[in-house]
Amino acid sequence: MYDFFIAPFVEFGFMQRALAGSLMLALSSCPVGVFLMLRRMSLAGDAMAHAILPGAAVGFLLYGLEIIPMTVGGLIAGVIVAMGAGAVSRFTIQKEDASMAAFYLISLALGVMIVSLRGSSVDLMHVLFGTVLALNDEALRLIASIAAVTLLTLAVFWRALVAECLDPLFLRSVSRLGTPVHFIFLGLVVLNLVGGFQALGTLLSVGLMMLPAAAARFWTNRVWTMCLLALAIGFAACVAGLLISYHAALPSGPAIILSAGAAYLFSIITGPRGVLRARINRHRHRTA
Amino acid sequence: MAEPALTFRDLTLGYHDHPAVHHLNGTVKQGSLTAIVGSNGSGKSTLMKGIVGVLKPMAGQSVVVSGATVAYLPQQSELDRSFPARVIDLISMGLWPKRGLLGRFTSEDKARVKQALMGVGLEGFEGRTLDTLSGGQLQRALFARVLVQDADIILLDEPFNAIDARTVRDLVALIKRWHGEDRTVLVVAHDLDLVRDNFPETLLLARRPVAWGATTEVLTPENLLKARRFDEAWHDDAPWCEPMHGQAHDHGVGHEGHVHAGHDHDHHSHGPRAA
Repeated sequence: MYDFFIAPFVEFGFMQRALAGSLMLALSSCPVGVFLMLRRMSLAGDAMAHAILPGAAVGFLLYGLEIIPMTVGGLIAGVIVAMGAGAVSRFTIQKEDASMAAFYLISLALGVMIVSLRGSSVDLMHVLFGTVLALNDEALRLIASIAAVTLLTLAVFWRALVAECLDPLFLRSVSRLGTPVHFIFLGLVVLNLVGGFQALGTLLSVGLMMLPAAAARFWTNRVWTMCLLALAIGFAACVAGLLISYHAALPSGPAIILSAGAAYLFSIITGPRGVLRARINRHRHRTA
Repeated sequence: MAEPALTFRDLTLGYHDHPAVHHLNGTVKQGSLTAIVGSNGSGKSTLMKGIVGVLKPMAGQSVVVSGATVAYLPQQSELDRSFPARVIDLISMGLWPKRGLLGRFTSEDKARVKQALMGVGLEGFEGRTLDTLSGGQLQRALFARVLVQDADIILLDEPFNAIDARTVRDLVALIKRWHGEDRTVLVVAHDLDLVRDNFPETLLLARRPVAWGATTEVLTPENLLKARRFDEAWHDDAPWCEPMHGQAHDHGVGHEGHVHAGHDHDHHSHGPRAA
């Protein structure tokens, strides 16, 4: 028991770092994922993850595999795409799904082009899939700051975010926060994806954001509870994924995301709002 | 006489160069109860959005008397009913003008929410999620939110759509109560009998005001025919609406003595088109 669950984290520094990094990442990105899902923007997270690539690639080209330049680059690219797509959807007839798709495709193509200018496919793989087992102090500090900023922002803007999801026109009738809060939220999405890409890569960091949130939706009908549950699922996925990765010598990023995926599949089937419950009660009903 | 609650000065609102409310002038008296009537596409909802500031005017202005608060009930379709919120959460949103982004809800606030819940006949529904409510129950909850807002000016956009007779009766009683409390109430409605029975004043819109004043004088067969004949379509080749010339400004249904003077357009290049 001890050997399987505890020992890897006690004996190896890289496992401790991986655990600390991924848990902080879950703490920060799972609640963001809940709001992303409730705003029906689940796929926008995926699009944003692709959008970060050219920025990270430019940072990589100029400075090599250094976390700060790649993060800053990714942040800039992400913010440009998020703001661009957000602005197009707010101020023109085009909806956000279309504008987001357009912007991220341009961005992704640009990113692949830039990486191919200099560097091998190994580098590209690193940017795309990250290495949670190689987190250094700098990366951990970065993830910690991103988590702090995210939680603080969510706490401050919670009421506006909920109102903006539920009844945006009402929010705009009582406050000027409607449009700003949308962009602040998109900023948080970018920030968390950028925070995650060193550990999990641009593609997998979306997984830690969306899968626990999607799983939590099957269990509860309150936003607050949903965020806590998503957090718990995210934490469990990080621990399980790292252990699986350690014992079976599998890549850690995909192991974490697949663990979250397993939680999602389990929730679809057994959650109170999942399929099993609906099947069982199909032929029964109450009197009123 | 008291200042008008709302003043429209040459107000033009619309979308993509095309006006939906065209050069509206007039005032709404404080404490009045007005129905806004007209066909689909005649600019009723657009006018409400313009008053509340969600839609910026293409020309002119809509002015709310200083110090007055506005509560706005959009059409139900604007709400995301799949969002995991309870009835009590929806009604508590009405506390926003008082508490804003960060203010804590006091026990007094909670009591007010509870009172509103009872006022619309939804006791026992506080914990229900929005996706389990019927259309009428949701509309009652939205009225409770307006109650909590406690505003001086109340705008209701088609509140009786797809609502059963009993609920309509209860909601109309609530509207009359607001009227009795000297609040200014504007309601977009389609049922002319309901308007005749309950609303002292009516604004008949067909993108421009066809008639505005006492309901009995506004809802005449001639006026209604005029309103029905209005051209709903946009014309992509409609000429640009220029100030100072021609028929664009002969619409003045002078209400409360305001007669349009026909000047002061400041945006000729992207102005609204004459429909």
